[in-house]
Amino acid sequence: MSLDVDIEHRQGTFKLAARFASQPGLTALFGRSGSGKTTLINIVAGLLRPERGRVAVDGQTLVDTERGLFVPTHRRRLGYVFQDSRLFPHLSVRQNLVYGRWFATVGDGTASDFYSVVKLLDIGQLLERRPVSLSGGEKQRVAIGRALLARPRLLLMDEPLASLDEGRRAEILPYIERLRDEAGVPILYVSHSVAEVARLATTVVILTEGAVTAVGPVADILPLADAGDGGAVLDATVKAHDEAFRLTVLSSAAGELQVPLLAAQPGTHVRAYIRARDVMLSLKPPQDISALNVLAGKVAQIAGSGAQVDIRLDCNGAVLMARLTAKSVQRLALSPGTSVYAVIKSVSFERS
Amino acid sequence: MTLSAEEWTAVRLSLLVAVTAMAASLPLGIAVAWLLARGRFWGKGLLDTIVHLPLILPPVVTGYLLLILFGKKGPIGAFLDQAFGIVFAFRWTGAALACAIMGFPLMVRAIRLSIEAVDTRLESAAGTLGANPVWVFLTITLPLCLPGVIAGAILSFAKSMGEFGATITFVSNIPGETQTLPSAIYTFTQVPGGDAGAMRLTLISVAISMGALLVSELLARRVGARHAAT
Repeated sequence: MSLDVDIEHRQGTFKLAARFASQPGLTALFGRSGSGKTTLINIVAGLLRPERGRVAVDGQTLVDTERGLFVPTHRRRLGYVFQDSRLFPHLSVRQNLVYGRWFATVGDGTASDFYSVVKLLDIGQLLERRPVSLSGGEKQRVAIGRALLARPRLLLMDEPLASLDEGRRAEILPYIERLRDEAGVPILYVSHSVAEVARLATTVVILTEGAVTAVGPVADILPLADAGDGGAVLDATVKAHDEAFRLTVLSSAAGELQVPLLAAQPGTHVRAYIRARDVMLSLKPPQDISALNVLAGKVAQIAGSGAQVDIRLDCNGAVLMARLTAKSVQRLALSPGTSVYAVIKSVSFERS
Repeated sequence: MTLSAEEWTAVRLSLLVAVTAMAASLPLGIAVAWLLARGRFWGKGLLDTIVHLPLILPPVVTGYLLLILFGKKGPIGAFLDQAFGIVFAFRWTGAALACAIMGFPLMVRAIRLSIEAVDTRLESAAGTLGANPVWVFLTITLPLCLPGVIAGAILSFAKSMGEFGATITFVSNIPGETQTLPSAIYTFTQVPGGDAGAMRLTLISVAISMGALLVSELLARRVGARHAAT
């Protein structure tokens, strides 16, 4: 499947001009609040009519202002999971789930379909309950199931985890991953959380004040994502567990990492997110320090002016970001090509 | 307490008129309420004013306007008579028409408020699931605003049971044809020794109104409970 978007839209003084094409998998629309993410996803859904432009899914044009074409929402065959789950309060969970099936004219909405979605999202025990009695996490799982059962060709998710607390978020994330990997439905996912995007996205589209500023694979794009919270995504595999110290050893292109014990089998693929401000640089291999993780690499790029400077490192092909003061850069005489050792103070690890 | 045959006729006729007025105006009431709550069109303010007119005008004026428009020689009345054989003037159907129009603003108001209270985000969610606007209305909006629809219907019924001015002006006070409870009570008060009859019908009127209120409360509570049930 493919999604092609090229639109312009104005709302008051806010101007949105976005153009991107997405790949299969999960495409994250990333940006701060007010950057136009929700406006953009609503245009794809048909809840908003863009002033100018074109939206096409799988080659079928949904909007083309030049030709005066606008396919109404209910004929777009998209699933939409909202930030607030928007379950129908007068229907049971089961009735909510099958609501979209009444209208899915294509395919054979079979019972096995229903049970596989129920199983995928683990909501079998909720079927006869009313939405009002569900927890936030359960509501979102039902909302995801409802969108899936409408047999969409593209699933839209607008910050589906934003209204949940940390625990609930961790509860839902694995289901979204399974969706991406097992259900085979392409997903357009709106988020302002670096951790979520790092964990879930295949492709990232960065929106800044209504304009697309970068599009590409997550590992390339995320380091550029947000000047306030820069960092890098590192692909790694669980190598072994050190039960005595409650640590997990990971191997990655950049080298081995030791992190607090992860509940993952050896061989599991994980994605680490390392924040730029959690990385220190040293010209010599540091000795007698408490940090467990030291990776060797080369300075690839030095960006930024003023007191804070972002250094892009090439660690045997993997990208790492470090945020230093301009004074440190001058003291260490860092320049592109300089060999350095990156001391990593903390790593956030997300299974994927 | 026993009622004379004539009094029974007035009670039956009142119920028939009120139920007919309520049932016949309900679909239109829901449609107008929806238009006023959700529609965006030129002349919405004008429609709102027209709907509210019977509430502001003296009932006698409304009745007289009906007589001019729907009377045998009125433009609409003459057309309906010739084209469909429908006659309103001096018939119980005319009483139902007058009651429906007098109760219409109350009905529309109650339904409109409850439609406005329905979260439009639920409606757009239904749209993303493939429901066209008509289905969205039938499966989401209508069930969610049902308590308001019930309240509006009962208000219209209660107004019909009590309607006097417009009815008597439009269709007069013909026993067995257009003499509803209020007209019958009024007639009793105009004759010497009619106090007992007026009191009997008054008590029945009070009982029917309270019964209607009770039924609406029960229905609304049932619908509300269904929404909140676990």
